[in-house]
Amino acid sequence: MHIVVCAKQIPDPETPPSAFKIDAATNKVVPAQGIAPVLSQFDAIAAEAALRIKEANAGSKVTVISMGAESAQAAIKQVLAMGADEGVLLNDPAFEDGDSHTTATVLAAAIKKLGDVDAVFCGRQAADWDMGQVGLLVAEDLGWPAAIIAKGVTTGAAGLQITRVLEDGFESLEAPLPAVVTVSNEFGEPRYPKLPQIMAAAKKTVTNWKVGDLGLDPGAVGKAGSRLKLEKLFIPEKGGKVELMEGDTPQAQAAALVARLMADKIL
Amino acid sequence: MAHNILVVGEMADGAPTSTTLELLGGAQGLAAGGTVSVALLGTGASAAAAKAAGASKAFVSDDAGYDAVKAEQWLAALEAAVDQAGADVVLIAQSSAGRELGPRLAARRKTAVAMDCVKIEDAGGLKFTRPAYGGNAMATYSVATSPAIATVRAKSFEAATGAGASDVVQLPAAGASRTNITGREKAVAAGLQITEAPVVVSGGRGLGAPEGFKAMEELATAIGSEKAAVGASRAAVDLGWYPPSQQVGLTGKVVNPDLYIAVAISGASQHMAGCSGSKTIVAINRDKDANIFGFAKYGIVGDWKAVVPALVEEIKKAK
Repeated sequence: MHIVVCAKQIPDPETPPSAFKIDAATNKVVPAQGIAPVLSQFDAIAAEAALRIKEANAGSKVTVISMGAESAQAAIKQVLAMGADEGVLLNDPAFEDGDSHTTATVLAAAIKKLGDVDAVFCGRQAADWDMGQVGLLVAEDLGWPAAIIAKGVTTGAAGLQITRVLEDGFESLEAPLPAVVTVSNEFGEPRYPKLPQIMAAAKKTVTNWKVGDLGLDPGAVGKAGSRLKLEKLFIPEKGGKVELMEGDTPQAQAAALVARLMADKIL
Repeated sequence: MAHNILVVGEMADGAPTSTTLELLGGAQGLAAGGTVSVALLGTGASAAAAKAAGASKAFVSDDAGYDAVKAEQWLAALEAAVDQAGADVVLIAQSSAGRELGPRLAARRKTAVAMDCVKIEDAGGLKFTRPAYGGNAMATYSVATSPAIATVRAKSFEAATGAGASDVVQLPAAGASRTNITGREKAVAAGLQITEAPVVVSGGRGLGAPEGFKAMEELATAIGSEKAAVGASRAAVDLGWYPPSQQVGLTGKVVNPDLYIAVAISGASQHMAGCSGSKTIVAINRDKDANIFGFAKYGIVGDWKAVVPALVEEIKKAK
């Protein structure tokens, strides 16, 4: 089995709301001072799922791919330290400011260039934009079947055996290879690399492919190729100033709250 | 501008789901003289079409092959419906099915989808607004290609009322799917689902023990079991205090109730991503500096162990 893990580096989702700033002129998040970007947590879980399959199937290989800035090397190195074999960075100004479609176009082109890929594992969504569509768009680009929001994935006679999380329970399904799977947090915690693995990963080389290496038209990727246009990114107004219920006793506070909710006709 | 809008319907108990009716309500508002159609697939679809308020036309197949959603089968039917409806807008619920259908339909029609929208308005073209960055930001998009597709969060629109679709067009039976469903297991708390409930009472790690959820259930019951459901923060679910199906947040359910009561929840951004669209948030927390108070309209600073029973009593009195 050769599994590709798609990994994205994102601003740390644990950034306190007070440090979260948007540049209105560019519609971009201003990187918070002193808070390093991180590997999207769902992608780390996708890597864990891929590594468990690698460990259960001798001769398997895991390649981690990331489209992003030069700094995304760190996300790739993290997955290499977890146990992935090879890393590919897709870094080119032509890829910037695209949408899910152009991201998937670039990732799918890289997967085609690798050539011998049996499965692609992605996080269920990137924990910055939370769209949850790149994995499916890669599947459609490659013409492969897909299963999303997996809490379990193993190899089986039919290809992959997947357990999906649905809103009202779980679904077991089989997908023939090659296939794309997006993995959810219900899968479990990703492993934490130990120091020797981190040292070893630091020595592994990461291949960098540019738009020309992938045979892509620069006009079909990044901002030029995107179909979803971001018009405005803004920080929503919170509910306003909270009104704290006065009262010497919990009973009095509760009575005050019920009175408010009745007056608002929501209780 | 007039829009021909196709709503991808889902059914429960032989009728369109409440979210489907909301999408139809939203579509009525956005069509501006265009047509509103609904696609309904699976057992009972023809009968459900008559209950699809707000749709003038329904594209249906009663084939049971559609009952358990296999995206590839649905996509073939939906592509036919998009063509026949002449749809330039497609609205889909942000559901288990919708999360898969939206992106794949967009890919097949060489267009784009805005996922998890909470607002769609016509302001010199349709603008789709959705939360991003764990709810820290909102993003407004336009779609440069046609049809513009959006998946929409429950409770984002008022439900359509009135007569269902009178013009019913048959779609082909379910075709092939490369994926094969081998089993399904229901795992939900009994009663009203948190995504559908007008009132959600959620408990967090601050409850201190799983027994705390008993008090949450008592509060929900006092408000009314027909309108209130109990949710939980990811921390509480990860501790095994409440089932994953009840988790509210970025990786759980996104709820949009009229009233969200957050008890002993600090209000981390990943939690707020699941509830910040609530019309009114009430926070009950011992820590007056908790992040949740920044989102709440009303708050009580105090120990939930004293406040929640008092609240139960006051609600009972008021009824």
